[in-house]
Amino acid sequence: MDFINNNLPYLLAGISVGGQYALIAIGYTMVYGILRLINFAHGDVFMAAGLIMIYAVTAMPLYLAIPLTLIATVLIGFLIERVAYKPLRSAPRMSVMISAIGVSYLLQNLALYVTGGLSKMYPTIPWISDTITIGGATTKMVTVITPILTIILIVALVTFIQKTKIGMAMRAVSKDFETSQLMGIKINSVISATFIIGSFLAAVGSMLYFTNYAAVIPTSGAMPGLKAFVAAVFGGIGSIPGAVIGAFLIGICENIIKGMGLTTFSDAFTFVLLIIILVFKPTGLFGEKANEKV
Amino acid sequence: MAANVLKLDHITMQFGGVVAVNDFSMEVNEHEIVALIGPNGAGKTTAFNCITGVYEPTNGMVSFYGEPMVCNHPQGKMKKLYKGEYYDKFNKVISPTPDQITKLGIARTFQNIRLFKSLTVFENVLIAKHMRAKQNVFTATLRLNAKEEQRMRDEAMALLEEQNLAHLKNEIAGSLPYGLQRRLEIARALATDPKLLLLDEPAAGMNPQETKELTDFIVQVRDKYGIAILMIEHHMDLVMAIAERIYVLDFGRMIASGTASEVQDDPDVINAYLGVDEDE
Amino acid sequence: MTKKISTSTIVSAALVILLFVLVFVLEKVTNPYSMLFVVLKKGAIYALVAVSMNLLNGFTGLFSLGQAGFMLIGAYTYAIFTIPADQRMSVYQYFDGGIIDFSIPVIPALILAGIAAAFFAFLIGLPVLRLKSDYLAIATLGFAEIIRAFFQWDALGPVTNGSNLLKKFPTFDSTLFPFAVVGICIALIVMLINSSYGRAFKAIRDDEIAAEAMGINLFRHKQMSFVISSFFAGVGGALLAMYQTTVQAMAFKSAMTYEILLIVVIGGIGSVTGSVIASFLFIACSEWWLRFLDTETFIGAWQVPLLRSGFRKVVFAVIIMAVVLFYRQGIMGNREFSPQALINKWKKLTSKRKKTSKEGR
Repeated sequence: MDFINNNLPYLLAGISVGGQYALIAIGYTMVYGILRLINFAHGDVFMAAGLIMIYAVTAMPLYLAIPLTLIATVLIGFLIERVAYKPLRSAPRMSVMISAIGVSYLLQNLALYVTGGLSKMYPTIPWISDTITIGGATTKMVTVITPILTIILIVALVTFIQKTKIGMAMRAVSKDFETSQLMGIKINSVISATFIIGSFLAAVGSMLYFTNYAAVIPTSGAMPGLKAFVAAVFGGIGSIPGAVIGAFLIGICENIIKGMGLTTFSDAFTFVLLIIILVFKPTGLFGEKANEKV
Repeated sequence: MAANVLKLDHITMQFGGVVAVNDFSMEVNEHEIVALIGPNGAGKTTAFNCITGVYEPTNGMVSFYGEPMVCNHPQGKMKKLYKGEYYDKFNKVISPTPDQITKLGIARTFQNIRLFKSLTVFENVLIAKHMRAKQNVFTATLRLNAKEEQRMRDEAMALLEEQNLAHLKNEIAGSLPYGLQRRLEIARALATDPKLLLLDEPAAGMNPQETKELTDFIVQVRDKYGIAILMIEHHMDLVMAIAERIYVLDFGRMIASGTASEVQDDPDVINAYLGVDEDE
Repeated sequence: MTKKISTSTIVSAALVILLFVLVFVLEKVTNPYSMLFVVLKKGAIYALVAVSMNLLNGFTGLFSLGQAGFMLIGAYTYAIFTIPADQRMSVYQYFDGGIIDFSIPVIPALILAGIAAAFFAFLIGLPVLRLKSDYLAIATLGFAEIIRAFFQWDALGPVTNGSNLLKKFPTFDSTLFPFAVVGICIALIVMLINSSYGRAFKAIRDDEIAAEAMGINLFRHKQMSFVISSFFAGVGGALLAMYQTTVQAMAFKSAMTYEILLIVVIGGIGSVTGSVIASFLFIACSEWWLRFLDTETFIGAWQVPLLRSGFRKVVFAVIIMAVVLFYRQGIMGNREFSPQALINKWKKLTSKRKKTSKEGR
């Protein structure tokens, strides 16, 4: 109990960051499930959402800026897929991954150009930036909202995938790309839908994440992106509940490590965890095993 | 009687709850051509993969020239799941990797040709010489192995000449026509100096004329190199013409074995291929 | 046959000597601090790292993204062991002069840098080289991040100087030094690629299962390629440290690996000469030729739109995306530029001419 009391601020921060990672991780895990592609640019889409919000707020009231940010981010995700991944559909997997790295490089450089290399202050969103006190620990409202909002969005997403026609198509495509194509599933719209959902959640995540961090720089997306990816691998890539559990776990662990005074290693820890999982259970917690046919 | 080259002893291969090969025993003797036949999905390629180390059999032993080469018994989770026969004698675990088995002297070809597609015909054969060469990465990089390298090249070239592929040596393997790719794959397997050659559907996709040529070719290979051959094949003409003994698998179980004529008349085999008539 | 090889060797040797003489003369007659030499120095170092990455990605088919991590190990090893003993107090000012009180000469230190990187590669290779393509990529990327954090750890301060700069180690002035080191290293890599082991690597790249069936021990050969590639990345990192005159772990981010990967792609995956050409082009564009994009320019009273700080990198990224999407083979594909190829081409041309002239008769 003492441990929990002493670490409450870190635990709360961990749950909050975990929820934000979860929202990014879903984008990774869904894209990987369908295209078998590590979308290296996803973290940068997340960063772009942060920047768009910053610029939108200067030009319009918040109630317009938020929907605009969501729409613009979704559009970016959609365009990336259409321009950079779709032409490479029959190319080797390595080419698509390189294209993803290229997009990431482009987005970061674009951000550098637009911001002029200055770190931009993230706007204060009223209510979620308010301070509250829980069990003696002072934190922002966003810490409490994040896990709740994350769970709501994920329940909605899972229902969408289970109940709707396009959700069914997504499940079919992730099981077997070629066969579903033969069965008349419109592969391109399924893939676009995946990118749209992923980008939308990343945009929501960015609003919650940057409220805690205040500033956005061009490389702001790289680390959360990588961590979210690790979360997806941890949960078994392709599995949405897996990604969410992995994200919360990583968020909590890294904040507790910070609490122990080992801040240098809070990032490294994630990757140690990654390598351990890959070595001992490469398919993650909920992943399926695939054997190559000889 | 000729020496025993390969012996499968009660091999069972089970994937999760699915038994792909069930309690299968067979032998190949020196200088023999043996065929493994059966309907699609009977477990023939799985049996090959158990011999060549691609899979670790769940139970049983494979011996090569009387020496145990692969051996396993159900362990861990498989203990509960295992549906096959138990034998006390397979308590050792020997599980070599495919390259170790190739080094012992068993070479194979693949059902869906697996050449090094971007390399030349000559390089494809030359690579097979790599494993036995006396060199290490330093001597090879600094060209201190010039003699060894020359020997490898000479042997590879000699083999290409024997197989009438010498004129194609600088062609890219992936650009060869299908029939030649099959021939190159066999040549490449022979370059590993095997004592036993496993051919996985060598006549797949060939027309009757090409199949006829392949039939003669396989016999020639056996006679020239004095090796034993075990093949999986669906072309019955080919099998009946050259296989000295035949094993028939169906649903992972051996349902018949013997010479071509013995197997041909076996009612179980006819049923397996044509299906059982319910009225009988 | 032997005669042909000897002519090509002579031509190559002549070209190399010519190149060195040219650089030497240029350094004497022009300003040795001009942009040209920046590009030549940095380009050569990147060429080595790109070729070492190509050995893995292009020739062994292992998609590894750990290059920045191995460069970091090389750079630090070099710096730690070459800082003159009397300078250590000022460099390790927060760590009481550090715990190492000797220094070794430059060349042994370069080799040691490679060995240190290779040793780490050996350790990390044990678990990660069993992974398949994209999992390997992400695991090596993660490993590079771990290394970066590890070298900034305060507890290691007496050795690594924590998150502070390492400086005052020996550097180079003349472009000839990096050219010589890089030249030797790339020559060794090329000789490896053309050896029996190089063929085994290519076999693994083309088809792992078939390579194993040819008696090639997959793990051992992958490990070998990984360790050797890291050795040269380590040497490259050490050279980069010498070029920059300071080292800080912060700088070796995954973005650096991405840049090197993009160089390899632009040059052509599976082409050593492609990687070399692309490195010089990449560095020349980013440091020199595209610099004008970063400065606000006026033609008369009219300001050229878009031009301001950072635009160069955007243009650059767009060019790279264009290569990745529309020109996937890169500059060289998997071909090589060599005097031999030139000789062959020349012979083909002349023989064709003879043929046509004969036919003409």
